Amino acid sequence: MNKTMLLIKHEFINTVRRKAFVILTLAFPVIALLGLLAAQVIPSMLTPATTIEKVGYVDKVGIFTQGLTEYKTELVPYADETGAKTELTDKKIKEYFVIGQDYLSSGLVQRYTLASEIAPSSTVQTVIRDFLLNNLLKGNSEEIITRAKSPLNISSTTLTTAGTPAARQGGFSAFILPYIFSILLMMAIFTSSGYLLQGLGEEKENRVMEILLSSVSPRQLLAGKILGLGAAGLMQIIVWLVSANFLVKIAAASFGNILGSLQIGPEFIILAIIYFVLGYLLMAVIMAGMGSISPTAREGQQMSALVTIPVAIPIYFMAIIMEHPENPFVKVLTFFPITAPITVIVRLGLSEIPLWELLVSISILILSIWGLFVLTTKLFRTYLLMYGKRPDLKEIIRSFKEA
Amino acid sequence: MFSIEVKNIIKAYGNRAAVNNVSFDVNQGEIFGLIGPNGAGKTTTIRMMMDIIKPDSGEIKVMGEKLNDGSKNKIGYLPEERGLYKKMSVMDTIIYFASLKGVDKVLARKRGEEMLKRADLLPHQNKRIEELSRGMGQIIQVIITTIHEPDLIILDEPFSGLDPVNTQLLKDIIRELKNRGKTIIMSTHLMNDIEELCDRLLMINKGRAVLYGSVAEVKSKYRNNAVLVEAEGDLGAIEGVTGIVPHNGALELKLDANTTPQMVLERLVKKGIVINRFELSMPSLTEIFIKVVGDEHE
Repeated sequence: MNKTMLLIKHEFINTVRRKAFVILTLAFPVIALLGLLAAQVIPSMLTPATTIEKVGYVDKVGIFTQGLTEYKTELVPYADETGAKTELTDKKIKEYFVIGQDYLSSGLVQRYTLASEIAPSSTVQTVIRDFLLNNLLKGNSEEIITRAKSPLNISSTTLTTAGTPAARQGGFSAFILPYIFSILLMMAIFTSSGYLLQGLGEEKENRVMEILLSSVSPRQLLAGKILGLGAAGLMQIIVWLVSANFLVKIAAASFGNILGSLQIGPEFIILAIIYFVLGYLLMAVIMAGMGSISPTAREGQQMSALVTIPVAIPIYFMAIIMEHPENPFVKVLTFFPITAPITVIVRLGLSEIPLWELLVSISILILSIWGLFVLTTKLFRTYLLMYGKRPDLKEIIRSFKEA
Repeated sequence: MFSIEVKNIIKAYGNRAAVNNVSFDVNQGEIFGLIGPNGAGKTTTIRMMMDIIKPDSGEIKVMGEKLNDGSKNKIGYLPEERGLYKKMSVMDTIIYFASLKGVDKVLARKRGEEMLKRADLLPHQNKRIEELSRGMGQIIQVIITTIHEPDLIILDEPFSGLDPVNTQLLKDIIRELKNRGKTIIMSTHLMNDIEELCDRLLMINKGRAVLYGSVAEVKSKYRNNAVLVEAEGDLGAIEGVTGIVPHNGALELKLDANTTPQMVLERLVKKGIVINRFELSMPSLTEIFIKVVGDEHE
């Protein structure tokens, strides 16, 4: 077997065998699945009591006569507040409310309860509101009363300039998946490139590096490590994509009304994989460079923050990316190699990204990966064995020139 | 053909020359010692031979050509500082490093088992490296260094950190490799090891070659003009002897410049002294080492 292949295999197997890697890979689908189950099970546990609650009221206006029997609640009228208060303190009713004389001008309803609470429960609010509406709209048809209780059910359609419905309709469901995936992509990139940095640091500290370099060239070693760990990261992201596809189907079946037509299109999967691969390769090459100039694994990790923070920039500017995808700043983020992967994934959910933008962004990424790989191999060779000593900037520049 | 030819290599770190114009050849099938005090440039020289770092100038040929992928497979290298993947098992480690040298899995396992058995480590083959003692780990590294049957073996400070039993085991392994025609280069600062094992040596001090040649040549070059004598009775005054000092139960007779050991022997015999032992007083490599390094220091 080719030596680079051996290194790739070794790195891949060693990574996927790590407990932390397995836990992280499985954590996302398992937590999401548990979340979905909980969302189905908990409401059924919280179904309202079957007994009918009694709620008293005092009407000082004199028009609220028609009672209400829905929502497992019985409304009991009282002539005055003293009567209602006595019944409440005797716990014959759960609570009572007073409709003041100036209700029609102020809308004020005073509520009295025994239990202290953060805010009136939604059931109580609905009960009181429906009761008021029923009486206020007395004489109107049932249809009008029902509509007045729920007057607006909005549905938007995005049109193209040609007047036909656009392929992307935006909305919560279109946005949520790219959002989750931009975070997962970032995690996958950080995990695998973090392992690379850690691995290099360890091999440097325990001197395995010298044995390796007596068998393979620095370029083979670097390529083997980057590709081996990348394969592990790719496997992780594929596990996530496949399980997300499956989870989305469960979610759509249970919560179709909230999430709408949540779906992961093939185009999204392909772009997610392309940008994972490129984003990872870029980070890996940068991390390898950091790893070779820093004397210990720990220092390498500290230095790596310099690049990991910029990767997350699109997350901080998500609002701008979402609301103004045409903004030149968003284009810059799409083209700048370090921010491109996350930006593109976020943008995917919102609007069509012009093909040329994708092509430019991918080309810039590929070119920077290659350029950095060549530079890093040189750095790697020069500084790898300078144990306990970090080169200063001048030395690094000189070694580039010499190499 | 030389196993290694090193010509005028120079390597500087900043303003300090770690290796300054060093040249030497290593013959096929010999044990070659690279000696010198700590920081002399031994490891830097070895790393340049292994193409891990590049010399600023000078030329290194390994088995007649510049080091390349093919020749890397014919070299076994034990670095000075030892380390292995802590979480990997002994056998997996051996097989992985052997495969990087082009040995297939089945053969690597077979040889690995033989070598572990010889070192009494076979029962540990499934243990993780981190469970082994330091000395055991070092023996595993020696196995990794030699498992691909390299023609050239480079050992950087091979005995450091080994207990006497493992030291003896390693010496036996080195002798056996030599008997099988392998070339061995070992660096050390322990002169006894060189005296015991090496055919030829190069001494480096402060990056420069200060001694180079066969062990016998080097020793005779630094021979004291003196003889060791064990005799019965008092020797009395002898012509040409400038001083007599006790030396390990014998007497060391220092000779003046015009006197040879042969002449002293004749004079002793003429005086009727019964001689039990008479030999040239040769300095140990340790003494030469201290003398050379000390002279450089002044």
